[in-house]
Amino acid sequence: MNREELLNYQAAATTQMQQKKRLHCCTAAGCFSSGAVAVKESLAAAVKTQGLEDQIAVCSVGCLKLCGQGPLVATEDALYEQVQPDGASALIAALNGQEEPENLPIKCDRQQPFFTRQQPIVLENSGQIDPEKIDEYIAVGGYQALYEALIEMNPSEVIEEITRSGLRGRGGGGYPTGLKWATVAKMPGQQKYVVCNADEGDPGAFMDRAILESDPHRVIEGMAIAAYAVGADSGYIYIRAEYPLAIKRLQKAIQQAKRLGLMGSKIFDSPFDFKVDIRVGAGAFVCGEETALISSVEGKRGTPRTRPPYPAESGLWGYPTLINNVETYANVTAILREGGAWYANIGTEKSKGTKVFALTGKVKNTGLIEVPMGTSVRDIVEVMGGGVPGGGKVKAVQTGGPSGGCIPEHLLDTPVDYDSLKQVGTIMGSGGAIVMDEETSMVEISRFYMEFCRDESCGKCIPCRAGTVQLYELLTKLLDRQCKARDLAQLEELCQMVQEMSLCGLGMTAPNPVVSTLKYFREEYTGLLRE
Amino acid sequence: MTSATTEATTEATTEKIASSTSPKTVTSDKRFKVLNATMKRHHYQQDALIEVLHQAQESFGFLELEVLEFVARGLKLPLSRVYGVATFYHLFSLKPNGKHTCVICMGTACYVKGSDKILTELEQKLGIKVGQTTADGEVSLMSARCLGACGIAPAVVFDGEVAGKQDENDVLATVKTWQSLT
Repeated sequence: MNREELLNYQAAATTQMQQKKRLHCCTAAGCFSSGAVAVKESLAAAVKTQGLEDQIAVCSVGCLKLCGQGPLVATEDALYEQVQPDGASALIAALNGQEEPENLPIKCDRQQPFFTRQQPIVLENSGQIDPEKIDEYIAVGGYQALYEALIEMNPSEVIEEITRSGLRGRGGGGYPTGLKWATVAKMPGQQKYVVCNADEGDPGAFMDRAILESDPHRVIEGMAIAAYAVGADSGYIYIRAEYPLAIKRLQKAIQQAKRLGLMGSKIFDSPFDFKVDIRVGAGAFVCGEETALISSVEGKRGTPRTRPPYPAESGLWGYPTLINNVETYANVTAILREGGAWYANIGTEKSKGTKVFALTGKVKNTGLIEVPMGTSVRDIVEVMGGGVPGGGKVKAVQTGGPSGGCIPEHLLDTPVDYDSLKQVGTIMGSGGAIVMDEETSMVEISRFYMEFCRDESCGKCIPCRAGTVQLYELLTKLLDRQCKARDLAQLEELCQMVQEMSLCGLGMTAPNPVVSTLKYFREEYTGLLRE
Repeated sequence: MTSATTEATTEATTEKIASSTSPKTVTSDKRFKVLNATMKRHHYQQDALIEVLHQAQESFGFLELEVLEFVARGLKLPLSRVYGVATFYHLFSLKPNGKHTCVICMGTACYVKGSDKILTELEQKLGIKVGQTTADGEVSLMSARCLGACGIAPAVVFDGEVAGKQDENDVLATVKTWQSLT
């Protein structure tokens, strides 16, 4: 394919998309489990029986974001929630201009802050295109950034653009992406790899799943650009087995890209070759840690190793390896298209761009949001999320999963950026935001996370393997009201020990939920003491 | 790549080994053929171990020793290494499951919305602990670490189908239908 062919292909695909009125059925995992496939089938059947096949297209699309109210169906100017198969004819009647037909599913207010405060970059195509059709991705401008990179830019210019954008790793660490790419690019040797970390293990987080299910080509294109920039010719996507739909869509996307020559050898007639393989995890949280992930891709037990050497120097099979998270790759095409300077204009001084959050827990609007960095937690939870259902009070918001901490109510005005969140004792993490209300016991939540880390500890280093067990026992003892003040002191001492002595991120951060809740909700701990 | 040069020879010898050392299982059980085909597709590369174990579990339901030995021979790996990997990852099971499986998501969002209560209730009603199978071999009760279906928490997987917004009664009702079917 060359430029002209790509543009022609885009024009044809666009015409195809515009020929009919489109009914968008969300078939990402949330809606899928609520019966979206039955809804889609019944819509398609109704279109057929009414003889409207040449006017209306029933399309399967990615996440429409308000996951708690699925199945969702969108037309050009309305969004319907909790759609049932029997609402199909009414929906079609409404699409054809009939006012308020009988049985019309509930119309969702698209002007509410949940939607209007979002700024989609990573999710720009989510809910707009069919994730299983490369034509629709190309129609909205897909693979043009790859063309630009391969034909118009040299690798160092690509890296410069990413550096200029200020993009930081979206897996949680926040390491500057440009710097990481430059490090791998500088490494000597012919063989290098790019890896996409899609082992989204944090409980309560589903951003990466949604991105992969809604717009898989975007991630693949981002990886291809990264590979070109660092000098790699093959890549791996390490994805957790718990996401079968995302795996299926990725496989399909890879096949389609290969068929059009957008993956394989001599892409766009340039000397650049690139291929991607999928590696499916097998349920080990620790494999989200980069060195453990490498072991797992190599088919071994997913145990981490000491760093340095960092994977940038010695990764997969000892070769220099670039590892980025799904959301990081998903930002790349937009940055190349609009320019690094444009991206750097969004967000705060040190955290650029947008961040996708999975808003869940005791909150009215559960779902997926993408907001500029610097938006306050209060805006996310109370304005966009609509607060606690039934009018309860938010007690805390948990971010960062088992490695993160809680933001108490009085600090909800904290802006979401890497550094502000760190200051209040939590981390950005991959983007789970779980709202807790007055009913939630913070000590129980701490024990919940500690149980998680205890089970997920790989067992390689003693501080994590034994420390998490002891911390769990102490928390259980406390909840059984068998603890004395000195046990609490021991708990704190042990937390510090595990944080400082563990080998990898899992152990180093395992005590964070305890430390953070002890800081803000100490009275809940002392209230459980025996004396 | 690791073993690109030895691929062709590995393939030939492995097939010979696989069929000569375990004649009973290989000839009588088609599932071993499927497994061998999977290994072949991966060119008998050792780094495909996890992929191969996924296929093995899908075909056999769980990973019995005979299967692990077959994989070890096929990929030319020590059995200890295969066993080590099979026991490391939570999704691999070395013992058979019940006819039906009920997986309660214990991710944070589900937990905050009461999945712990569902689990306790089920443990009580079924008389088993999480990770066990009922005595009649009908139902295996398991828990998961976040299915990513947090928008519809609490989520429960019945025989591979995710159901959202469940409570104790919903789950018990579904599980009851399994037990009364027999």
